[in-house]
Amino acid sequence: MSFDVDVAAWRGAAQVGARFVAGDGLTVLVGASGAGKTSLLDMIAGLLRPARGHIRVDGRALFDAGAGIDLPPERRNVGYVFQDARLFPHRRVRANLLYGARDDRRLDAVARVLDIAALLDRWPRSLSGGEARRVAIGRALLSEPAFLLLDEPLSSLDPARREEAMRAIERVRDAREVPILMVTHDRAEAERLGDRIIPIGV
Amino acid sequence: MSVELAGIVRLTLLIGGVATLAALPPAFVVAWILARWRFPGKVLLDGLVHLPLVVPPVVTGWVLLIAFAPAGPVGAVLERWLGVSVLFRWTGAAIAAAVMAFPLMVRAMRLSIEAVDRRLEQAARTLGAGRWRAYATITLPLSAPGVAAAAVLGFARSIGEFGATITFVSNVPGETQTLPLAIYAALQRPGGEAEVWRLAAVSVALSLAALIVSELLVRRAGEGVRVL
Repeated sequence: MSFDVDVAAWRGAAQVGARFVAGDGLTVLVGASGAGKTSLLDMIAGLLRPARGHIRVDGRALFDAGAGIDLPPERRNVGYVFQDARLFPHRRVRANLLYGARDDRRLDAVARVLDIAALLDRWPRSLSGGEARRVAIGRALLSEPAFLLLDEPLSSLDPARREEAMRAIERVRDAREVPILMVTHDRAEAERLGDRIIPIGV
Repeated sequence: MSVELAGIVRLTLLIGGVATLAALPPAFVVAWILARWRFPGKVLLDGLVHLPLVVPPVVTGWVLLIAFAPAGPVGAVLERWLGVSVLFRWTGAAIAAAVMAFPLMVRAMRLSIEAVDRRLEQAARTLGAGRWRAYATITLPLSAPGVAAAAVLGFARSIGEFGATITFVSNVPGETQTLPLAIYAALQRPGGEAEVWRLAAVSVALSLAALIVSELLVRRAGEGVRVL
């Protein structure tokens, strides 16, 4: 199984968590706003420490409360595409893309797939929401992750940008290089993109 | 510029420069702690750092005098281990200037560190950067304009220092007599008005230059890019 996750954590007074196993391809976790979707991805990425449970990806334990395993984010080989892109404002698009990359050999190929080749010399602040989102996906892919996490990758985009981003994700999905875990609150989006859908927070 | 005036300006710049460079690293550490850490007694540290800003400078100078006197806690150590005394020396004037500039520098840097989005550091970590690389490539460059602004502000404050300096290391021409102290001395001297005018003009020019540099830095920080 690509993903084997069973975690819970306290966010204030509320408990958030999930328990699921999922195979290759694109798995969509669907839940309402406030269901703890981002917290769940943060736990898998190592940015939020679960109170209990375990996280395994392709058989590798990233977190295991029982065994005392808790890898720091930089050792989890995660490609995390945040909902707010989080591009580094003081680096051009090219430098953003290459931040986690070993070299620039795959840069052109990834830029072509995501249709961002023309943006390489731009500053992040000059990008549209959709462009920033695609650069963020490219940055995560170029760090050669073992798996990809997508947090609401299509939210707050207008219909045209949304379609662009959706196609970019489909191309990454169909390349079948890494398992993808995506969270969204949008059922239609989940049905179009997901190989399987898992409801959470219910 | 007369030889004497040039000497005063050079001494002022030396004291201001040394004070700023010496205060910058510890001020950054304190700014970092105040911006990022949570611990009991943080309010106390915050208050302590700001003391030189709120107590009369003459009191700060007096405290320094007690501390650095030959029998004082710091002065005795300097005397014993290094065989030096900073009293009536330019080094003492630099210490006074650094202490007075310290809170201003901490404030400027704290604001810029707090303004760095910590989620960018998280993003760097997920991209394979360890704690230190994330710090060096994200946090530090993004707070660099604040550090530069703090340095300019500290320098401007240092070259204008008067009260603590004259109390601590007195007004010794050629050793501790910076521009403000020279202006004060000229004012005390009958017929010193012309001298006051000249010194004041130079003083204003220096401060204005520092202000313009700091303004440019802040504007560049506002753009949020091209930091390094």
